[in-house]
Amino acid sequence: MKNNLLKTLSALAVSTAVGVGGMASAMAENVKIGMITTLSGGGSSLGIDVRDGFMLAIKQSGRTDIDVMIEDDARKPDVAKQISDKFIQKEKVDILTGIIWSNLAMAVVPPAVRQGVFYISPNAGPSALAGKACHENYFNAAWQNDNLHEAMGGYVSAEGHKKPFILAPNYPAGKDALTGFKRFYTGELAGEVYTKLGQTDYAAEIAQIKASGADSVYFFLPGGMGIAFMKQYSQSGVSTPVFGPAFSFDQGILAAVGDAAVGVKNSSQWSKDIDTPANKAFVESFQKEYGRLPSLYASQGFDSANLIISAVEKAGGAKDADAFRAALKAAEFTSVRGDFKFASNNHPIQDIYVREVVKEGDVLTNKIVAVGLKGHANAYVDQCKM
Amino acid sequence: MTDTLNRETIVNISLAFLLLAAPMLALALDEPFYISLATKVAILSLAGVGLNLALGYGGMISFGHAAFFGVGGYVAGISAHHMFEGSDFLGLFAATDQLLLIWPMAIILCGGLAILIGLFSLRTTGVYFIMITLAFAQMIYYLGISIPTYGGEDGLPIYVRNQLPVVSSDDPLTFFLVCYALLMGGIFLSSRIIGSRFGAALQTARMNEVRLATVGIAPFPVKLTGFVLSAMITGLAGALFAELNGFVGPSMLSWHRSGEIMIFVILGGVGRLYGPLAGAALFILLEFFIGGFTDRWQFFLGLILLGVVLFAKGGLMGLIAGRARHD
Amino acid sequence: MTSAFVIEQILNGVQFGVMLFLMAAGLTLVFGVMGLINLAHGSLYMIGAFVCAWVSGWIGSFWIGLVAGLLAAAAVGALMEILVIRRLYQRDHLDQVLATFAMILIFSEGTRWLFGDQPLWLDIPQLLSGAVDLPFGVSYPLYRLAIILVGVALAIGLYMLITKTRLGMQIRAGESDREMIGALGINIATLYTVVFALGAALAGVAGSFVGALQSVQVGMGEPVLILAFVVIVIGGIGSIEGALVASVLVGLVDTLGRVFLPQFFALFMEPSAATSVGSALSSTSIYILMAIVLIWKPKGLFAAHD
Repeated sequence: MKNNLLKTLSALAVSTAVGVGGMASAMAENVKIGMITTLSGGGSSLGIDVRDGFMLAIKQSGRTDIDVMIEDDARKPDVAKQISDKFIQKEKVDILTGIIWSNLAMAVVPPAVRQGVFYISPNAGPSALAGKACHENYFNAAWQNDNLHEAMGGYVSAEGHKKPFILAPNYPAGKDALTGFKRFYTGELAGEVYTKLGQTDYAAEIAQIKASGADSVYFFLPGGMGIAFMKQYSQSGVSTPVFGPAFSFDQGILAAVGDAAVGVKNSSQWSKDIDTPANKAFVESFQKEYGRLPSLYASQGFDSANLIISAVEKAGGAKDADAFRAALKAAEFTSVRGDFKFASNNHPIQDIYVREVVKEGDVLTNKIVAVGLKGHANAYVDQCKM
Repeated sequence: MTDTLNRETIVNISLAFLLLAAPMLALALDEPFYISLATKVAILSLAGVGLNLALGYGGMISFGHAAFFGVGGYVAGISAHHMFEGSDFLGLFAATDQLLLIWPMAIILCGGLAILIGLFSLRTTGVYFIMITLAFAQMIYYLGISIPTYGGEDGLPIYVRNQLPVVSSDDPLTFFLVCYALLMGGIFLSSRIIGSRFGAALQTARMNEVRLATVGIAPFPVKLTGFVLSAMITGLAGALFAELNGFVGPSMLSWHRSGEIMIFVILGGVGRLYGPLAGAALFILLEFFIGGFTDRWQFFLGLILLGVVLFAKGGLMGLIAGRARHD
Repeated sequence: MTSAFVIEQILNGVQFGVMLFLMAAGLTLVFGVMGLINLAHGSLYMIGAFVCAWVSGWIGSFWIGLVAGLLAAAAVGALMEILVIRRLYQRDHLDQVLATFAMILIFSEGTRWLFGDQPLWLDIPQLLSGAVDLPFGVSYPLYRLAIILVGVALAIGLYMLITKTRLGMQIRAGESDREMIGALGINIATLYTVVFALGAALAGVAGSFVGALQSVQVGMGEPVLILAFVVIVIGGIGSIEGALVASVLVGLVDTLGRVFLPQFFALFMEPSAATSVGSALSSTSIYILMAIVLIWKPKGLFAAHD
């Protein structure tokens, strides 16, 4: 318990230290970054990981010409919008980043980029921002929302499953998820179910899975919904194999799912066992800094910061918008996930891996077992007219 | 008694003045951001003024006013959406970006919805009324989440703010002044309603329905009218809120939002004309300033709210302006 | 669709309902006896779950965790009553709403402060893991079956407590006439604290049991709180029987609605449209149920008193 307090405090200390260090040498040309993320209430662990990953990269860069301001959006769109107004109008930031949730991104990003501010997304990638509402100042350093689902659709197909049962919450991201899955899995389905958003009891759906004669299950249930589903599924006596996106099987959440998760295949653009020097260094230094294993979200925060740093380096700051934009687009940084470049709609072209949940000693973690999709972009490139 | 009344008037005028002065000061100090914070206070106060009419004066504790707030917001959002896409609403109506058309539409739609909800809900009283209004709001919330055309859970961005004749609604100060004027209009309207024969009937209905019935006035139509007027005002606030944020989404329809509007009213002082303004201002400023200090701001906000309830009977207005007249 | 499938879904509905009853019972008791609307009841549920998860993780036994969860919730409930709640009985409902809303903020953030940001892990006890075979070819998770049995046992226990014991007599007296119990020489302050702690303990038990089935996280109490309010309103506020009937009704309507509404619409619509209409409608099924009940009976099914 105490430990947690300490950790939070030390994380805060780090972030202030960086901020102050930046200010000490403050010149007119300092790059100002405003981070809006979820640090309180449900879902705060995602925001905290993004923040910690991001600040780690800033710290490692040793740069004193980058100021980062961080504020909590409490997962409310209007609060996020208000903070972004404050960052843009009062603090005159050059770059915004940090938002976790698609609905908050939709409230903040379109007006912000229209005012000439850059937005680097470390998580949310709603289809609108990749397609019709794309913008030259909006870059996504994580994924387009459909990516992980598409990879799993492809993998389930390739593994020879003939009758998957698929489920997701009844809201746009849920529908996009299953559409993404079906884009790469084109066979027959045992069933397709949309659950209530925020539902925590899945007995009825599990009984449907059992009755449907499915040979595999794919689910997209972010946050607590996924934990609840997995725990209940493992108790139901159904042994049909389960597939999911990384969100329900990532480092932060695995401990809460428990042994029920062991053996589950999940798709992710990052894993802690990606064998590159950059990734090894990241995992090690993150663990040293914060005393826990990094999560997917931490890697996205880390990459977002490094992307920004590389562009600041190349363009000599962020004041020259055209040069800075071109430098971002070039993405000349070493992503911890391996190969990384931007598609024409400023979303990543990257490999999506399939990982399996394993137990290393007492700790649940993931290990890469296959590549789901290689050099994958997204389905909305053609809709984006920039 | 006249003494406290005077004191309340002074407090009211001060509050109105402070809210008006804040953005001017912000502009003078070259901190334009605070204009949008003041605008937010004005808009949410207006939502509270609407609820206060039902809750404070009519005794109808609605836990579903987010339905009206959100529907008002969606009217603005959907108009802007179709305007931006160049399409028609349901293929029937041409879209508009004229706020002078959008506002009446929001008001009328919320009024109609309130008639429907009120017809059923007003059969119940007390906690049952609280819960049935919540039930209707939840139905609309889930509807909002699941309609993909209008963004569902992701919501709808308003790329281009809807327009007013003559003045520019894009200018923050102008938009604040418009919202401020509408807030003052809402408060003025409330005071006229309360001072009228209808208002007297509404307040009697809160205190004693039988007494109202014995003088030959049926309580039901009186309460329904009060409820509908209340919903209309809150709906207008919703439309403004959507314009301010450039965004509308189901979070505007959620029960948290209903709770928040209710908190403004209670915090400020139930049944006080300027109560919602006092409550909304305190709540938003606390949220903003404690949020700047610590991630644990909700903890301290909770402590402060608890302190206000325990030690200030009748909310903020009770504390600074003395007890209400009708107690 | 086999009969086993239907039976299983009915069991699911009953199990969900029984859990709701544990939450609703405390809420309705507190409202019936003290006339208090307690929005922070969901926080007590969350506290039960967190303490149960933390203690079981530490000691390694779910059962000790369960007892700890129950005791912690009861203790926090008693403390809350003594420090804050008793100042609110004389206030109107609105002050109670604001005060208990403030307490949700304090409890949620306080819990996060103490236990960290990640959801906690709480697993089903070994003894109750796995599925059992029931008649008609139904295979059902043992843990859920146990929840039904425990819930029913607690409901019976509560009924006995209220109808057969001295405390129960005082509670009933309190429900029908608050001034009366003072006149009878009963220490009202103590009675209120005991009733409040009893309700809190039930919420703590519910939280601990459900925690093993879902994720133990901050904010887990709020959706349940709303459902519990729906239940007590449908049942009739202050009525324990009403709460029981309404819980099971809500549990069944929600579960069966989720399963059968999409299938029902599929009879005369295309599959994709049926899925989306059915899912949308089933999300609101319990609210529709509540609206219908209240339009039909404005004081709930078992109106206890006016």
